Amino acid sequence: MIKTDILIIGAGPCGLFTVFEAGLLKLKCHLIDTLPQPGGQLTEIYPKKPIYDIPGYPSVLAGELVDNLMEQIKPFNPGFTLGERAETIERVEERLFKVTTNRGTEHYAPVIAIAGGLGGFEPRKPPISNITDFEDQGVEYIIKDPEIYRDKRVVIAGGGDSALDWTIILADVAEELTLVHRRSQFRGALDSVEKVKELDESGRIKLITEAQVVGLEGNGSLSGVEIKHNKGEAFLKSTDHFVPLFGLSPKLGPIGEWGLEIEKNAIVVDTFDYRTNIPGIYAIGDVNTYPGKLKLILCGFHEATLMCQSAFRYINPDKKLSFKYTTVTGVEGFNEN
Amino acid sequence: MDENMIKITVIDREDKTHELDAPTDMNMNLMELCKAYELPVEGTCGGMALCSTCHVYVQSEHDLPEPTEDEEDMLDQAFFVEENSRLGCQLKLADPLHGLVVKLAPQAG
Repeated sequence: MIKTDILIIGAGPCGLFTVFEAGLLKLKCHLIDTLPQPGGQLTEIYPKKPIYDIPGYPSVLAGELVDNLMEQIKPFNPGFTLGERAETIERVEERLFKVTTNRGTEHYAPVIAIAGGLGGFEPRKPPISNITDFEDQGVEYIIKDPEIYRDKRVVIAGGGDSALDWTIILADVAEELTLVHRRSQFRGALDSVEKVKELDESGRIKLITEAQVVGLEGNGSLSGVEIKHNKGEAFLKSTDHFVPLFGLSPKLGPIGEWGLEIEKNAIVVDTFDYRTNIPGIYAIGDVNTYPGKLKLILCGFHEATLMCQSAFRYINPDKKLSFKYTTVTGVEGFNEN
Repeated sequence: MDENMIKITVIDREDKTHELDAPTDMNMNLMELCKAYELPVEGTCGGMALCSTCHVYVQSEHDLPEPTEDEEDMLDQAFFVEENSRLGCQLKLADPLHGLVVKLAPQAG
């Protein structure tokens, strides 16, 4: 069981900086994120892109900013639940919430800070009408265990690194492997592209380019996919598995069902302290909305700072909070875990 | 026509036509234009060709700049991609786009 002062949902830049501001007030934090690493969009979507509007940094790579934030919050020993999605919330006492993830990990905290950005990252599902009928019945969006494909017929769709990498790995495992891609070029790493072309030439895999999977067939479990050439007829290919690998996209997900006031996919907050309509739950960064909202990292940092002051008062209604500058007091971390 | 204004037609997902006045002197792209007119374009990634939520079909015969490798890469991850698919964020509003007609692509799950 995990107990903390502020449970932060989302380990992007805004969530990470919350740990620092909370730490200055002696509040401990724990973060939950669907991605396996901290940094949110910055690490997942654009780690190598420069950001020019972080005060004091003429230019900083998104990945570097995350590394720096991790370094900055280190003295405050934050806990992390990574690769799990915050699923349900329950008020167990007047000032205590329980948040449970999709894997059943339970977290207890008096304050919840939702810093979920655009939402949790989930695999993009191809818009094939009956695809959900075959989930776990032959359709998998993420490859967890390559062994389930041993001696099976597999169709992979996609043209990026993960489609290429898995094609190379599964070429040795599957009985028959087909890779379907929209274009004739691939955007993956050059040596993976070369390897896939070699596998195709030697007949170990079947490469179908300028084509897309447009339909699925099967009675209960998957038995075939319908493949359509961009300029031609569709044909049916028998298969045991279909693995569409089209990257990840953010979804607000279960948080949308928590009873929070939502407007245009964002959580409505009061700019006084970024509180939501539920006492004890705050929302900061890209996930919130208010008149004049700008989705900027620097605005998220500001929101996190004011939110922590309010969270302190909410957690300690009888304590006085005196504001101190780090230049005067330094940063006093937490020693114990 | 105003010197720094062009006309762009956007057909939304309900087949409703919107005639938009598009400024060419504000360093804007088509995704930003759609958002400014509150059309249902998300532009999740903010215009980095990293999300495909501004996917459109170009329906007029305009000679547009070829998509960059980044744009093609992102279209690889998009759905309902056709020959005339483009990402709105990569189409910079400029005089050659005057009279452009685009249709918003369906939102993918």
